[in-house]
Amino acid sequence: MKLRLGTLILGLAAFALTTGGVDAQTPKKGGILKFAVGAEPPSYDCHRETSFAFIHPVRPHYNTLLKFDEANYPKVVGDLAQSWTVSPDGLTYTFKLHPNVKFHDGSAFSSADVKATYERIAHPPQGVVSIRKAAYEDIASIETPDPLTVVFKLKAPNASMLTNFASPWDCIYSAAKLKEDPRYPEKNVMGTGPFKFVEHAAGSHWVGERFKDYFVKDRPYLDGFRAIFITNTSARVNALQAGEVLAEFRGQSPADEKKLKDALGDKINVAESPWVCSLVVTFNVKRKPFDDVRVRRALSLAIDRWKGAEALSKIAVVRHVGGVLRPGYELAASNAELETYPGFGRDINKARAEAKKLLAEAGVKDLKFKFLNRNVPMPYTPVGVFVIDQWRQIGVTAEHEQPETKAYIGNLRSGNYDVGLDFNCDAVDDPNLQLLKYLSSDKSTINYGHNIDRKVDELYEKQKRELDPKKRAAILRELEKHILTEANTVPVVWWHRIIVTWKQMHGWHMSPSHYINQDLQNVWLDQ
Amino acid sequence: MLRYTIRRFFLMIPTLLGVAVLVFLLLRAMPGDIVEVRMLMDGGQVSPEALALERARLGLDQPLIYQFYHWITGIMVGDFGTSMWTGRPVIEEIGNRLGLSLQVAIMATILAVMISIPLGTISAIYNNTWIDHVIRAFAIAGLAVPSFWLGMLIILGLLLTFNWIPPLTYTPIWEDPIRNLSQLIWPAIAVGYRYSAVATRMTRSTLLEVLQEDYIRTARAKGVYERLVLSRHAIRNAMLPVVTVIGLEFAFLIGGLVVTEQVFNLNGIGKLFVETVTRADYTMVQALVMLVAAFFIIINFVVDLLYAVLDPRIRYS
Repeated sequence: MKLRLGTLILGLAAFALTTGGVDAQTPKKGGILKFAVGAEPPSYDCHRETSFAFIHPVRPHYNTLLKFDEANYPKVVGDLAQSWTVSPDGLTYTFKLHPNVKFHDGSAFSSADVKATYERIAHPPQGVVSIRKAAYEDIASIETPDPLTVVFKLKAPNASMLTNFASPWDCIYSAAKLKEDPRYPEKNVMGTGPFKFVEHAAGSHWVGERFKDYFVKDRPYLDGFRAIFITNTSARVNALQAGEVLAEFRGQSPADEKKLKDALGDKINVAESPWVCSLVVTFNVKRKPFDDVRVRRALSLAIDRWKGAEALSKIAVVRHVGGVLRPGYELAASNAELETYPGFGRDINKARAEAKKLLAEAGVKDLKFKFLNRNVPMPYTPVGVFVIDQWRQIGVTAEHEQPETKAYIGNLRSGNYDVGLDFNCDAVDDPNLQLLKYLSSDKSTINYGHNIDRKVDELYEKQKRELDPKKRAAILRELEKHILTEANTVPVVWWHRIIVTWKQMHGWHMSPSHYINQDLQNVWLDQ
Repeated sequence: MLRYTIRRFFLMIPTLLGVAVLVFLLLRAMPGDIVEVRMLMDGGQVSPEALALERARLGLDQPLIYQFYHWITGIMVGDFGTSMWTGRPVIEEIGNRLGLSLQVAIMATILAVMISIPLGTISAIYNNTWIDHVIRAFAIAGLAVPSFWLGMLIILGLLLTFNWIPPLTYTPIWEDPIRNLSQLIWPAIAVGYRYSAVATRMTRSTLLEVLQEDYIRTARAKGVYERLVLSRHAIRNAMLPVVTVIGLEFAFLIGGLVVTEQVFNLNGIGKLFVETVTRADYTMVQALVMLVAAFFIIINFVVDLLYAVLDPRIRYS
C-alpha cells in the first residue's frame, strides 16, 4: 500500500511538473494574448503545411474532428465530434458531431463539411497539395447518414486511426467554400474555431479576435490574440523578458530559460517535457564503407548516449536517450530494454572496444569522412560536435559541414554526403509517423540513408495493423532491435522542450509536441 | 549634361541584366530547391507526387531557359512575379518592408552627416592635437564595432535599465510618430554610428589634403578670414569623396542591415533578404538582388550628378 501511495505521489508530482501545474483559479474573461512565433506561415492551408510557425497563429481559427486532451496527453477527446464509436473489427469509425456549430461566416457546420475536408486530404483535387494524404490511404469511404453523423469505413484496420483524426493539421473546412474553390484555404482563413481571423501583416504579426458564436459555451476566454513574428532567438527572449509577449510556444534553450528565471524570478512559469523530436545519425549506404553494417554499427557503438545526453542537456534542447520512439511514450522501449540494443549499453569502454574490433574486421583503418549537419545552432551544432568527438575516441575523423538549409536538405535527399545528422520530428507520438524515417528508401521519402530493408517494411506494416497495444508493442520491440542492429539510421538523443510563460497566462498545458494544445480555447489572462 | 544623364541612365540596363543572369544561375546551381525546404524542413513524410505537384505549380519543372525568359520578360513589363514561399506578389512583399528600411537609412544618414561633417572638420583643423585624437578614437571605435553588436548592447541596456524594449511591430510615422520613432531611433543610432565613423574619417583625410592645396595658401595669403577659407574653399572641395561614401553607405543600408534588423526585429528588407535566402525563395531573392543593385546604380548616378553641383569645374561633355 505504501509503495502504491508513493507511486501515486510521484505520479502526481511528475504530472504537475510536465503540465506546468494545475490552475486552481477561476478563469477570467478578456484580454489579448501576445505571443512570439519564430517563423511565419507560408500559406493558410492546414492540409499543405508542416511548420509549427503555421500551427501557432492559424490553429486558433479552426477545429479538428478530434484532438488531444490538453491536460492528459495522449488521451484523445472530441473537438467537433461529440462522441464516437469504433467497430470491433476496427474498420468502421462513427462520429456524432456537436450541434449548433457555425463557421466564422455564419454558415452552419455539418457532416458534409467533415466529409469534404477528409476527401480533400485523402484525394486532393487537381492543384491541391495534401501532405498527409498517406495517413488516410486506408479510408474506403466516408458516409454522412445525417447532418450530425459521419462514418469512415476503412479497407484495413489501422492502429493509428484515432491519432490521425486528432491531428492538429486536419482543420475542418467549409464544404461550400471548397466546392467554390478547392484552393480556397490557401489564401483565406475561415473555420469554426474559437477565434476569427482579423489580420496578417506579412513579416510582422497575426491577429485573431474572439468568435462570439463559438459552439463551446463561455469559450474562448480571451478577447483575441496577437502572434508576433520574431525570427531572431535573442530578440524573442528579450521580448519575453520585457513582457512584450507572454509566451513562445516552441521552446527555449536551457541558457535562455536560466536568463529568464534570473531576470523574472517568480513572475514566470517554466514547464518541461520530453519532445517528439530526435536527432539521428544517417549513414549513406551508397557510399563506401557505409554499405558495411560493421562500420555503421561501430560508429553507433562509439557514441556514449547516456553521458552525452546528460552533458548536452545543460547547453542544448536535448536530454533523453531513446530508441525509435520517444522515451516515456507508452509504446516506447524502457531503459532496461534500450540497454540491450547495440549502442545503448551503459559500458562505453566495452562498446568502443567492440567498435574498434568491428572496424578492424571490416578492414577500415583511419576512417575519415565528412559529417553533414544543419546550420541551425540549437541543437544541431552542439550535438554534431559531440558526435564527432565520440568518433574521435575510436580513431575516426569526421569533418563538420553545416551548409544552409537548402543545401543541407538537397544533399541529404540526393545522397551527396557521407554521414549526416538528421532529425525526426512529428506532431504527435505515433509509431506510424516516427518509423517512416526507417522504412526502405523506395517507400519513404525521408529515408536519407537510401537503404532498402524489407524486414523493416514488413514489421512496420504488421505493427500498423495490430490493434492490440501489447502485441503492437512486442512487434515494435522486434522492429526497433533490428533497426538499431542494422544501424542504417540510429537515434543519438531526444529533444527536451522547455516553455517559459508569464504567470498571468493560464489555461495552457505543456505537451511533448509543439504542434498540439494550440487552439487557445481555454487560455485566459489574470490581469 | 542632359546627354550624359541619358547615356548613364541607359548604361544601367546592361548592368542590371548582368546581375539578373548571375543571380538566376547562382541560385539554381546550389543543391536542393524551395519545395524541399518548404515541405521537408520540419520533418515528416511527403510523397514524391506532392513534391512534383508543388514543383509544377511553381514552374520549377520547366527548362531553365524558359524560367529565365518568363522572369525577365515579366520584369520588363513591371511584373516581378509572386513569392514562391508566400504566393503574394513580390512587389507587395517588398513594398510592405521598403518604407521601414528607407526610414532607418534616412535617419541613419541624417545622424551620420550631422556627426561626421563637423567632427571630421574639427579633427582636420586641430590635426594632431588632443581634440583630433579623441575624434579619431571615436571614429576608429565606430569602424571596429559592428552595428548589430552595438544594437544588441542598446537593447540589453534598455532592457536591464528600464525593463523596456522598442516596439516589436512597425507603425508608420504618419500614424503614430512617437511609437514609430521609439522603434526606429535605436537601429538608426546603431548603424548611424558606424556610418558616421566612415564619413568622419573620410572628411578628415580629404580636408587635410585640401588644406595643403595652393589655392588655400593663396586665400590665406590674401587675408581671407579663416572661417571663409574653410567654408568656401576647403570644405566644399573636400566634400566630393565624402558624398561618394555617404551615397554608397545609404545604398548599403537599404538591403544590408541583415543582422541589425534581426536584432531589433525590424520587418525590413535586410530581414526579408535573410528569410528568403534561407527559404530558397527564388523569385523573391532575384527581385531583392535586383532592387539592391538598382539602388546602388541609382545612388552612384545621383552622386555623379552631385559632383557637378559641388564642383562646377566638373562638366560631363
